This record gives sequence, C-alpha cells and structure tokens, in this order.
Amino acid sequence: MTGFSFTIDGVAVTAEDGETIMEAADAAGIYIPRLCDHEGLRHQGSCRVCTVKAGGRSVSACTQPAQAGQVVENETPHITKLRRDLVEMLFHEGNHLCPICEASGNCELQAMAYRLDMTAPTKFPYLEPCRPLDASHPDIALDTNRCITCGRCIRASQEIDGKGVFGYVGRGIHRRVAVNGADLADTDAAITDFAISKDVCPVGCIIRKGIGFATPIGEREFDSGLIGHKIEEKKRD
Amino acid sequence: MTEQRKARIATASLAGCFGCHMAILDIDERLIELMKLVDVDRSPLTDIKRFTRRCDIGIIEGGCCNEENVHVLRDFRRNCDVLIALGQCAIMGGLPAMRNAIMHSDAPLRECLDEAYITGRYIRNTTHNIPNDPALPLLLDEVYPCSEVVEIDYNIPGCAPSGDVIYETLAGLLSGKFRGFERDKIRFD
Repeated sequence: MTGFSFTIDGVAVTAEDGETIMEAADAAGIYIPRLCDHEGLRHQGSCRVCTVKAGGRSVSACTQPAQAGQVVENETPHITKLRRDLVEMLFHEGNHLCPICEASGNCELQAMAYRLDMTAPTKFPYLEPCRPLDASHPDIALDTNRCITCGRCIRASQEIDGKGVFGYVGRGIHRRVAVNGADLADTDAAITDFAISKDVCPVGCIIRKGIGFATPIGEREFDSGLIGHKIEEKKRD
Repeated sequence: MTEQRKARIATASLAGCFGCHMAILDIDERLIELMKLVDVDRSPLTDIKRFTRRCDIGIIEGGCCNEENVHVLRDFRRNCDVLIALGQCAIMGGLPAMRNAIMHSDAPLRECLDEAYITGRYIRNTTHNIPNDPALPLLLDEVYPCSEVVEIDYNIPGCAPSGDVIYETLAGLLSGKFRGFERDKIRFD
C-alpha cells in the first residue's frame, strides 16, 4: 500500500491506494454527509447525498476512489443546496411525520435535514403514498412509510447475517424494499440480526418492538450533536 | 414620519393541539421583556376574536383540516405584514396529516370518520351517525400545510418548538436581526 495526498475543500488529505474519497475524508476528520453508506457494508452509492465535485465532476464520495492530486469540493454552497434538495425529495417521497415517529432524534434522515438547514416546506408536493405496515413478526415491525430504500438492511442481511431477508423489488420510483416471504414472520429474520440492529436502518422503518420510547425524545443521539460530529471531532484532536 | 409604537402580534391555532401556544408560554419570564415590545391583538391568549387593526406579525399554529381553518388563515394573511408558521403541523401538516395517507384507503376521510364515529371498537355513539350539524365547519379532503394555502414568511420548526427558539426568533424579527436558525437548534420533534 502506498500513500498519496489530495485536497478536500483546500485541506490536504492523505489516502491509501484503493480508498474511496469518503474513507479518506473520515480518517482525516472531514465529514461528508451520507445516508445509504454504512461502515462495514459494501458501498452502494445510491442516495447521492455524499455527492462531491472531484476534478469538477459530480461523483458519489462513498464509491469514488481517491486519486493523487485530486481537487475535491465538499461543503460549497452549491453542493449543500444539491444535498438539501435530495433530502427534501426523500421527505416528500415517503410519509415522514417526525412528531409521530419513534425514531425521531435517532433518525439519520431527520438529522441530515437539521445539518442541511431544512427548515421550510419546499416547492415539491408531498406524494403521500399508501405503504404497508408489517407487524407480523413477534419482535420486529416494518413501517415502510418511512423507508428511503437506502438498502442498508439488504446489504447487512446478505453480507453480515448471510440470510437475505430483505431485497429490492420494482424499478425507478416504484423500487421498494421487500422481505423474502409473505411477510416478515414468514422469513428467518431474528431480533439478533445485524440488519435489525439499531444502526442499520437510518430511519424508523425497522422497528424493534417493546423498546420504542425507552430513551425519551430530547435525549437521543442527534439531540446532543449534529450528524457527523463524531467524525469531525477527530480533526480537532 | 415613523410612528413610535409597539409591534402588534396576532396568533391562532388551526388544526393543532395548542401545544405550540403552550410553548409560547414557555418563554417564561422573558415574556415580560417581550410584552414591553409588543401588543397582542387577535389571539386565544387575549380572547380577541377579530382583528382590531392591522398587525405586524401573525403566528399560526396547525395546518388546515377544515374550511374554517382556511378562512382564518386567509384572514391572517390579509391582516398581518409577516406571517409565521409555528410548529410542524403548520409547516407540513403534522399529526393531523396522518389521515392523508396512513389510512390506506381510496377514501381516507370517509374511513377516518367511520372509524372515529361508527366502526371503532371503543366508541359509544348510540346514534351511529357522523356529526353533520350545519354549524360544524366542513372537513377538507386532506390536511394541508399553511404554505399550500397562503404565502408564509417564516417557519419555526418543532413539535412543539422550544420557548427559547420562539423567543429568539420573535426577538430577532422585532429587532430586524433574524438571520435563520442555528443548525443545532433545529428540531422536528
């Protein structure tokens, strides 16, 4: 492995051969917003919230390999606006009613909206789709109204659990995450699966029954700091 | 010539739970400072039902679920220079907007009323009728955010917004120094 350096927003960052822009940025304490990417899972590059400009071209930082001498733009007004538009469209595409959601405060979609200053309604219409709720499993419920089809549960179930409980069905805007059976109880999903664990689903779609409000609203993960602050704290050290 | 006077504020609760009005009271003792700067015109806090004069700031809690909400909201837009949507219901529909989509029905309003008054397991409605007194405002097909009915100038997010955020926003607007929210103060819950 040989090291090289490139710049993100003018800051010199070192990377190893084969590392993505995001991996190098994380190691350097520079946070690049992301929703579909999760540590330990294969990079997918589908949510595009991690879009950066590398050499003037828009690329997803979670899949694009870093290159020596590359000039990467991350937090420019233009890119921040683009990311906010993407996150707003995710809010409008599903039924994301934060006040009624038990994931509120732990939700990465919501936390991304905070970080990107999404405080006002937008020109986009709310699509308000009718999506099913699957409470068949004794320990797990799925409220697909909140799913943003990031596919983290799919990759976690396939790669870590070796099960394949979840998968994509449909194409384009109709693409959804579905379970490998008539309902969740019909699959071999278990509450101990990594795919079901707290950090995999970024929103409130995968619900672990019986623990919903164990931590009250106001004392949750993103009540104590903006999303990404743990990565940014590395830079200060 | 500039008239030296206090700013006039009006408030209303539409399809909301009055939680945002309670949150206004969470300003606590700073209310005394605020009241040196403002007069409260039409508001549930004063029990004044109609605008006595044009107001500088109108504060709206809740979205629009019936025709009376729309009427009140338009009246506020006509009579207020600056209109603020306070809280998630006013901004994006909030809890009442659950009836728009989550009922999983082609006629969500009908199904909502049926379950609330006729078929629900825990109701005691001996008449088996859905209330239809002519004095009741007609329900809209859906619950609408305020911004879909009138132009909104500022949005204060939260369910309910904290007293701090409400106070800082109002104080900022009154002094002309409001420049948006600190990122770590934004909450949707």
